[in-house]
Amino acid sequence: MIRYIARRGAQMFVLFIIFLTLTFLLLTALPGDTVKQRFATNPNVPPEAAQLAIERLGLDKPLWEQYTSYMWNFFRGDFGFSFLQYPRPVSDIILERLPRTLVLFLTVLVSYYILGFVAGKFIAWRRGRRGEHAITIGSVFLYTVFYPWFALMLIWFFAFYADVVPINKFLDPQEWVDAPFSSNHVFMVIFGVLLVGGIVALTLWILSRRIRDPARRKRIMWVGYGALAMVMLWFWYLSDFGSARRLYAGDILHHMILPVITITLISFAGIMLLTRSSMLETMSEDFILTARAKGLAEKTVRDRHAARTALLPVTTSLVIAVATVIDGGIITETVYSWPGMGELLFTSVVGQDLNLAIAAFSFVGVMAMVGHLVVDILYMFLDPRIRVTGE
Amino acid sequence: MTDLLEARPVTDVAGKGSLWRIRANLVWAGATNNWNLFRTNRVGIVGLAIILFFALMALIHPVLMSGMRWYSGAALFVLIWPVVAWMIWPLLGRLRHERRVTLPLTVGIAAALLAVAGVTLGGVWDATTYHPVVGNEANPPVLYRTVVNEVTDPDTEMSIREALVYSNADGSPLQLGDVAEIREQPTGPYGRHWLGTDPLGRDILSQLMKGAQGAFLLGMVAALVTVLVATSVGAVAAYMGGWIDSFFMRLADLLLMLPALAIFIVMSSVFHFELWHLAILIGMLSGFGGVAIVLKSQALAVKVKPFIEAARVAGGSTFRVITVHVIPNVMPLSLLYMMFTVTGAIQTEAVLSFLGLLNIDMSWGLMIELARNQGYFLTGMRFWWLVFPAGLCVSLLAAAFFLVGRAMDEVINPRLRKR
Repeated sequence: MIRYIARRGAQMFVLFIIFLTLTFLLLTALPGDTVKQRFATNPNVPPEAAQLAIERLGLDKPLWEQYTSYMWNFFRGDFGFSFLQYPRPVSDIILERLPRTLVLFLTVLVSYYILGFVAGKFIAWRRGRRGEHAITIGSVFLYTVFYPWFALMLIWFFAFYADVVPINKFLDPQEWVDAPFSSNHVFMVIFGVLLVGGIVALTLWILSRRIRDPARRKRIMWVGYGALAMVMLWFWYLSDFGSARRLYAGDILHHMILPVITITLISFAGIMLLTRSSMLETMSEDFILTARAKGLAEKTVRDRHAARTALLPVTTSLVIAVATVIDGGIITETVYSWPGMGELLFTSVVGQDLNLAIAAFSFVGVMAMVGHLVVDILYMFLDPRIRVTGE
Repeated sequence: MTDLLEARPVTDVAGKGSLWRIRANLVWAGATNNWNLFRTNRVGIVGLAIILFFALMALIHPVLMSGMRWYSGAALFVLIWPVVAWMIWPLLGRLRHERRVTLPLTVGIAAALLAVAGVTLGGVWDATTYHPVVGNEANPPVLYRTVVNEVTDPDTEMSIREALVYSNADGSPLQLGDVAEIREQPTGPYGRHWLGTDPLGRDILSQLMKGAQGAFLLGMVAALVTVLVATSVGAVAAYMGGWIDSFFMRLADLLLMLPALAIFIVMSSVFHFELWHLAILIGMLSGFGGVAIVLKSQALAVKVKPFIEAARVAGGSTFRVITVHVIPNVMPLSLLYMMFTVTGAIQTEAVLSFLGLLNIDMSWGLMIELARNQGYFLTGMRFWWLVFPAGLCVSLLAAAFFLVGRAMDEVINPRLRKR
């Protein structure tokens, strides 16, 4: 099992090296490269100065040396300076932006996966009844709707017409004028709380799966989630640390609602359609008939026999979905001006800030790969064949 | 209905005659069979109808636009089709005896209708007004607005501050209570512009048609490239195995993993993207990526079939076995993925032109970008002709290809069919 994880990790690392190499090649293959544009062909820069700049940037060295120094710098975390926000190093900007995207990304990944799976399960179970066609057509519409347009319609409806959420950005500057904390600090607190809470909830769920008696399982689960909720309440309302940051955290969370809803709505339809067909396939298997013949409750058959088996292909599709959610994140961040990695990528590309763009692109790649690794590990837990044989 | 679902026995179809005729008959029989299966799927038919509608929109635009020069050619091209159909038909031999006249009749009627449409509509849109990019409606209809302090109905009233921009017919400044006559773009739908005009006075319907052309061009090219790349990669990887296989599969893993939009955004900083480039790139990405994996596993299933071995024993070279025996058997599946590629390509193009990263002059994404940039999105239903048509077009066409793909999936995978 550990060998499997290690092997997948090593594979991911190799893939990542290839990815970086391709990015580097893309950079060097630029038809008009940035330095030449800025120095060599610029009449305002004297030729000696241009030559000096090229030497100092190491662009006169052979490609191989450039490549090794690029890789070395990348792994040291040195991405150079941003052109747009000049004195700031790129790594600084990335560190500021990364958690914002991660929070969005993780929340969406969890919510849409659960939502899509549960919805697909119910639709498959109710196959042939009324409303099924409508739900299928609705989910196909959501699956293929033009994303930015849909996001803008949601902004119009929820933020403008109903006015329950803010229109865009990730905080309200008026509330933060004399804030004693930086937004990034508060954001890291939110990130930490969500992460710890999520891990605790997941552990609770996994542990409770082992309890066979359903009544007892339900009891223990409710007590556990209740305790988790109490701890959360205590943290935000009673502890000094949390209550001082509550209003600011609330402001950020308030800004987060609409983007999360948008990406979830768009992506969950795909998972739902897939769960449905996977469930339908499972439901025609013999063991479902056996389970029913044994006299098990419909709910047990659905949740423990059919859905459990139908989960596997859905999790496989998560591998592709990671990339889809990142893509959706880029669009959503741009439409909602959410200052995360996607928006960073877009603005740096539009502003011709090459250092920043490449670093942002690489980190989006890192995110995708780590996401895949996590999905792989998740898959291992779900599929005994992999867990046991390591294949 | 059941006899439609049964495949007709080969001996019945093949008949006698030259090899080519037999082959043509077989292909035709397979196609009719699949069509009959496809026809039972109502959602797929709806998708097909939507695609045809947009195709008609794309095709009719040049006829509407540019007067005699184009329309006579187009009309001739269209008129000749019934003749061609009736000439070709008897040559297909046996099929004539089955009285299958539905298809030539449909083609003939459609062509005749198109010809009539071409003759009546040809060149009714002059380029200065209706050109999707540089056209401009010079005489928008006059609107009457009463000048008031508080605007309650923006369709009949105008605030005193806004009135500073306009004046009365005699040139005197507008006072409270005056009725201003203004000509304003965007105008809503009226006789000359069925879907209204955009803020620059350009015809929305014409823009939609132009956008449909782009979407089809892009979708078709992307799908063709995908199929070409994916079938060859899949077939070669499955048949050869070894390092070729693992190289292509690792590459596919990498491409599948990476968010495509991020790649396009970064590449747009490096190259000047045009529609062709984007189409080929999308095709390559999905062709070397996810589709290659699927087609490879299909090709693996084909590889172990006895006829492949027979072909090799008979002395077929690797190239011949792959091209003649493996690829044709993977084709149906690749056609299916062609449909899904078109969906993805249309959406990607719309998103990229919405973000302003493409070097094109008109597309559905660009129309939405314009409407957003000028703030028409937050007006809700008042400027619906700027907000809805373009977004719905992207969504509908993408959904249509997706639905057709799903219906084809049921034709190709018998497992998904009747339950």
